Amino acid sequence: MVAGQELQVQEKRELQKKDETTIPARIFMPTTDIFENEESLTVVMEMPGVDGSKIDIQIENEVLSVEGRIDFSKYEMMQPIYTEYNIGHYRRRFTLSPSRIDQSRIKAEMKDGVLTLILPKAEQAKPRRISVT
Amino acid sequence: MLTTFADPFDSLFRLQRELEARLASDWLDGATAGVGAFPPINVFQQGHDFVALIEMPGVSKDDMTLEAKEGTIRVSGKKAVDYGDKVSVHRRERVAGNFDRTITLPIQIAPDGIKAECRDGILALLIPRAESDKPRSIKIK
Repeated sequence: MVAGQELQVQEKRELQKKDETTIPARIFMPTTDIFENEESLTVVMEMPGVDGSKIDIQIENEVLSVEGRIDFSKYEMMQPIYTEYNIGHYRRRFTLSPSRIDQSRIKAEMKDGVLTLILPKAEQAKPRRISVT
Repeated sequence: MLTTFADPFDSLFRLQRELEARLASDWLDGATAGVGAFPPINVFQQGHDFVALIEMPGVSKDDMTLEAKEGTIRVSGKKAVDYGDKVSVHRRERVAGNFDRTITLPIQIAPDGIKAECRDGILALLIPRAESDKPRSIKIK
């Protein structure tokens, strides 16, 4: 991407759900960058409006699934006058390819609505939950 | 024949009303400096006051400037995406670049002015309405 080029808004992609959820809110897929270097795989996801404590990250059987929840309570007293973007929770899953991940050393960091997940490469192990700083 | 289905023109009219509302909105009329579509802005009304929420993930307070002038608010800055060298990219969806947008306010603002709060990639502008601008109820005799 060339810096200085005019930024376009990326419309949020709605999640195609195979089964229904109990909550009525909409769920979107966060825009993600995935790249790797020699030691680790890095996953960066944009989830504006989500606080670090509302993120749920899980790895199970080579599938990484990330869920971010929005706090709708502050919107309750507000009426929309002019809207350009959608508001909803975020969820996305990725199948981690042959790169083997060391699950005990996974690091997650949330800043300005962007989640950075660093997955160091090592032997594969059983499913685990990861906490966010 | 019974009308068991919704009137097909219903959704068309609704779409047209929404499009017109978007174009004729007081909130983005006569944009002065500042063009472009990023970052997206939602404006809400809370009682008499207004709240504008601007979504810019990955942009911190230091990367942007907020200016208010005579009935407009301008937010400009730079969204950076940086990954370092020697990386092999599997997926690339995020965009980076400069942005510059202006909001025109169709209301008078209270002298205390606008308060801005930037958290989790969302910039919230709390716009209090001036006392003189608030609607007054009229008693009917």
